[in-house]
Amino acid sequence: MDNINGADTAWVMISSALVMLMVPGLAFFYGGMVRSKSSLNMIMMSFSAMGVVTIVWLLVGFSLAFGTDAGAGLIGNFSYIGLTDALNRTVGPEGHEIPLLAFAAFQMMFAVVTVAILSGAVADRTKFGAWIVFTAVWALLVYAPLAHWAFFFDGGSGGWMSDRLGVLDFAGGTAVEINSGASALALVLVIGRRVGFRQDPMRPHSLPLVLLGAGLLWFGWLGFNAGSALAVNGTAATALINTQIAAAAGALAWIAFEKLRDGKATTLGIASGAISGAVAITPACGFVTPLGALAIGLAAGIVCAWAVSRKYKLGFDDSLDVVGVHGVGGIVGMLGIGLFAVAAVNTAGRDGLFFGGGAELLGKQALACVATAAYAFVVTWIIAKVIDKTMGFRATRDDEIAGLDVTQHAESAYDLAGVAGGGILGGSHPLRDRKQEEE
Amino acid sequence: MKLVTAVIKPFRLEEVKTALQAIDIHGLTVSEASGFGRQGGHVEVYRGAEYTVDLIPKVRIEVVVADDVVEEVIEAIVRAARTEKIGDGKVWVVPVEQVIRVRTGESGESAL
Repeated sequence: MDNINGADTAWVMISSALVMLMVPGLAFFYGGMVRSKSSLNMIMMSFSAMGVVTIVWLLVGFSLAFGTDAGAGLIGNFSYIGLTDALNRTVGPEGHEIPLLAFAAFQMMFAVVTVAILSGAVADRTKFGAWIVFTAVWALLVYAPLAHWAFFFDGGSGGWMSDRLGVLDFAGGTAVEINSGASALALVLVIGRRVGFRQDPMRPHSLPLVLLGAGLLWFGWLGFNAGSALAVNGTAATALINTQIAAAAGALAWIAFEKLRDGKATTLGIASGAISGAVAITPACGFVTPLGALAIGLAAGIVCAWAVSRKYKLGFDDSLDVVGVHGVGGIVGMLGIGLFAVAAVNTAGRDGLFFGGGAELLGKQALACVATAAYAFVVTWIIAKVIDKTMGFRATRDDEIAGLDVTQHAESAYDLAGVAGGGILGGSHPLRDRKQEEE
Repeated sequence: MKLVTAVIKPFRLEEVKTALQAIDIHGLTVSEASGFGRQGGHVEVYRGAEYTVDLIPKVRIEVVVADDVVEEVIEAIVRAARTEKIGDGKVWVVPVEQVIRVRTGESGESAL
């Protein structure tokens, strides 16, 4: 591998680490938003994705997503199972080759983080063992094909959406965002609402934790988007600053919206708005100008702030708004490309409707949204239904009411120096019980 | 002997404690409490979902005193805890049959 580009390789590896940090970021973002009795379980759903999806990606996932196309741009073949044949290979245009394993690691983090995003929809009620099985199957049957559609370029014989049809998706508006949103909807329709949905107060138990998580996500997102250039170049810089601009615009738009509607600007609102802006700019960051990013970020903040409360009217318990933020935000970004894309930004790009490119690109972008959402929804629904009928997807009602931390993991999140620092939960050490028995 | 229990606004605790010390009451138990009376609760909004929070944080003070100082203690607590706004709390008194000091085994008023 004498021909690899050092700068490009270093950037992709650093970006992999940045994206990895989004997973604990999501864990805290979501963990703070649920009630304390199930907060460890929420964090565990993200951390377990790190374990499960990494291994699944190594064994088969990467090959299904980025192996030579097995036909019609739908899925890859088994050429890279176990990543053995990915050793000593490179990927990228001439002069910008990077080791295939650096690319595999970067894409691995995408797969992990997408699964972690999904977990927010089914907070507080999912049986942990079923989640583990679901994440492995979902990463292979839903994420890997969609990554192939969106991210696999092979000179026109790669994925059907991006490489063959010419859909523009820079960093995963389809495979990551719309995919997780549509899958979340299918998942909550199978698993059902939390006990007490629309009746009991389900307040976030720790907003500082939510904001810590949002900060880590925002930080990591710079690598998620700018790393997707897979090179150290102008496009990467455009993606980086566009990500910052859209996240900032989304944050401000969301709190302005809620100030007008609810009377107060909230911390949960500013965190949610930043994420919605980052979501929307994910597909667009390499194809629009900084002012285009501003427009997309503002639109995402407002549309997503409106979208998240629809669940109470429609009656589906998407607990932490994966549909309203990632699904809707992803669509805003994908269609935003069709409107705001400027060919001069990126040689791989084109002009959108507002810049003289006509409606053709917008049509392709809309088709990609529909195809991705339809595939993700249907296949996720089937996987979830099979798991529900066989091993059961949902914790028992009693376990859910008692809290998943104790019932799924035999742990409690907090023991804030109750009973003079000895633990308000009481109990005794097993060795002490044994000693008393001996006596 | 009487048990005087007062549920007051948390930020009046220091004043009440000082007022009791000033009349030579040298022992009390404080615990955090929450509840509602006429004050009602407040509304919190999370991602557009409104929650009415009707349990308000309060502090509960408990002090056991000799019969002849009960009125003085009540007056001290009420004066120190009062802000004249809704939600100042309640004080109530119940008779106590027996008090024992754990360290010495003394009982009755000498254990106070």
